[in-house]
Amino acid sequence: MNESVTAPVIELSGVSKFFDQFQALREVDMDVRLGEKVVVCGPSGSGKSTMIRCINRLESHDQGRIVVDGIELTHDMGNILAVRREVGMVFQQFNLFPHLTVLENCTLAPMRARKLSREEANRVAMEYLERVQIPDQANKYPAQLSGGQQQRVAIARSLCMKPRIMLFDEPTSALDPEMIKEVLDVMVELAKEGMTMVVVTHEMGFAKTVADKMVFMDHGEIVEVAPPQTFFNDPQSDRTKQFLSQILSH
Amino acid sequence: MSSMPSQDRKRKISWIDFIVVAVVIGFFVFIAQRISSVLIYKWDWSMVAPYIFYFDDDTGEWVANLLVQGLATTVRLALYGIVISALIGVIMGFCRTVNNLFLRMVARVYVEFIRNMPPIVFIFVFYFFISSQIMPLLGVDDFARNASPATLELIRFFAGDPLLFSNFISGLICLAMFEGAYITEIVRAGIQSIPRGQWEAATSVGLSRFHVLRYVILPQAVQRIVPPLANQFINLIKDSSIVSLISIQELTFMAVEVGVSTTRVFEVWIITAVFYFVICYGCAYTFTRMERRMGRSRR
Ligand SMILES: Nc1ncnc2c1ncn2[C@@H]1O[C@H](COP(=O)(O)OP(=O)(O)OP(=O)(O)O)[C@@H](O)[C@H]1O
Ligand SMILES: [Mg+2]
Repeated sequence: MNESVTAPVIELSGVSKFFDQFQALREVDMDVRLGEKVVVCGPSGSGKSTMIRCINRLESHDQGRIVVDGIELTHDMGNILAVRREVGMVFQQFNLFPHLTVLENCTLAPMRARKLSREEANRVAMEYLERVQIPDQANKYPAQLSGGQQQRVAIARSLCMKPRIMLFDEPTSALDPEMIKEVLDVMVELAKEGMTMVVVTHEMGFAKTVADKMVFMDHGEIVEVAPPQTFFNDPQSDRTKQFLSQILSH
Repeated sequence: MSSMPSQDRKRKISWIDFIVVAVVIGFFVFIAQRISSVLIYKWDWSMVAPYIFYFDDDTGEWVANLLVQGLATTVRLALYGIVISALIGVIMGFCRTVNNLFLRMVARVYVEFIRNMPPIVFIFVFYFFISSQIMPLLGVDDFARNASPATLELIRFFAGDPLLFSNFISGLICLAMFEGAYITEIVRAGIQSIPRGQWEAATSVGLSRFHVLRYVILPQAVQRIVPPLANQFINLIKDSSIVSLISIQELTFMAVEVGVSTTRVFEVWIITAVFYFVICYGCAYTFTRMERRMGRSRR
């Protein structure tokens, strides 16, 4: 295998993050390789969101190094923009732009940040809207869609920038149960196509199907990293065991 | 189409409406009766009317007199004041939301300084500072004094009497700075009312800070800013009467003058009130129409 396949595309080493006195991340080390699917779980407040938000610099880390796709994240705005163009993010609350149509939501960034023409951007957008199975909603406004449809638009919006990495922060937590599957299906498809994914989720069924690696966090630390087989059947740490027993019991 | 939403509403007259109408009519009858019986005020509109328009026998033309001239100055103050105060407000409002501490402090000091002072006090202090220091510095007086006839015509058209040009500009700046502080707060509140998730989603797809503002934050903020902004513009028109105290010859100033010289106080002030009402109501109506049009295009 050549170097580029084995070298990590995301590399966190000794990353710490403080909110005033409170330490949200404690010397976190994590590698994600190209095409790898990482599922992050852990109790509320354990720093899962903070960690993945550091990867596209929605939060800035205070100590340690973060290198994404060969670019180190520092205060350099040019680097930050370059990383953000390679990294898509999907939020719990969808965060679609309410004043733009579904199509415009998808074409805004490609047109402004990638300088695509409107025709080209529209073409790309329709392609991804078809992939998430809502091409017929292209001219509606977000408020006219269901939660599941909105989240699928949010995924399409990120994909339109043709990112090499996708981050998901609890993408199904704000959805009604009957809509969770349609979003997870899209994510499974994406995984099959070889996208590099870091997913914060408590959907353990999803984790078992797609994850190459499970990461368990607690109190700002990474407590355990293991392939799903080992993670679910033979967790090493007591904290992991306790967490799994809680989450799998209902 | 001219169909208004109000047509959807039920138009049923109930007994409450009759009582309200009766009370209102009763009130006005009472006032009129007090004025005629107790005050023994003799209405005489004929003395005041020439101060609106009079017929010049020499030229054989109708000429606009003091009240209309004052009205013209008020309209100019309002128009320019709206533009300048909106500019100040947008820039300062932005400054209030940026990360740069210095810019934030400047905007904050500006807003607090003006908000915590009665307008009259602010205008007295600032007018004398601006007219005695800033205007000579900028050479505004000399400019108006040495202007060519063509320039003088321009000044007369845009700012009224060239002799009062520097005066007018000083008053205008005072008014715009005063209202600008309130617009600053409106703009700040509008920008900050956009949820953080919008910033995050927009930056995470790789848009620059400028593009995020331009395409995501501002379009949404504008929709929330326009109604309070329209309200503030109407306040500006009404507040413009304050600059009569520093001898800017706008409508209120002229009304005082005409009231004194004719002694027909009621007539003069009623006419003045009607003038103000027409301008303010006209603006309010226009703004409402604009808002409705904007609201229709989205959701
Ligand atoms: N902007 C902030 N200011 C102060 N503290 C914060 C901020 N963001 C997060 N925190 C704190 O950092 C800790 C980790 O937060 P984070 O959102 O990363 O947790 P999480 O694992 O994603 O939890 P959840 O499952 O509830 O989303 C929490 O204790 C939280 O209160
Ligand atoms: Mg979270």
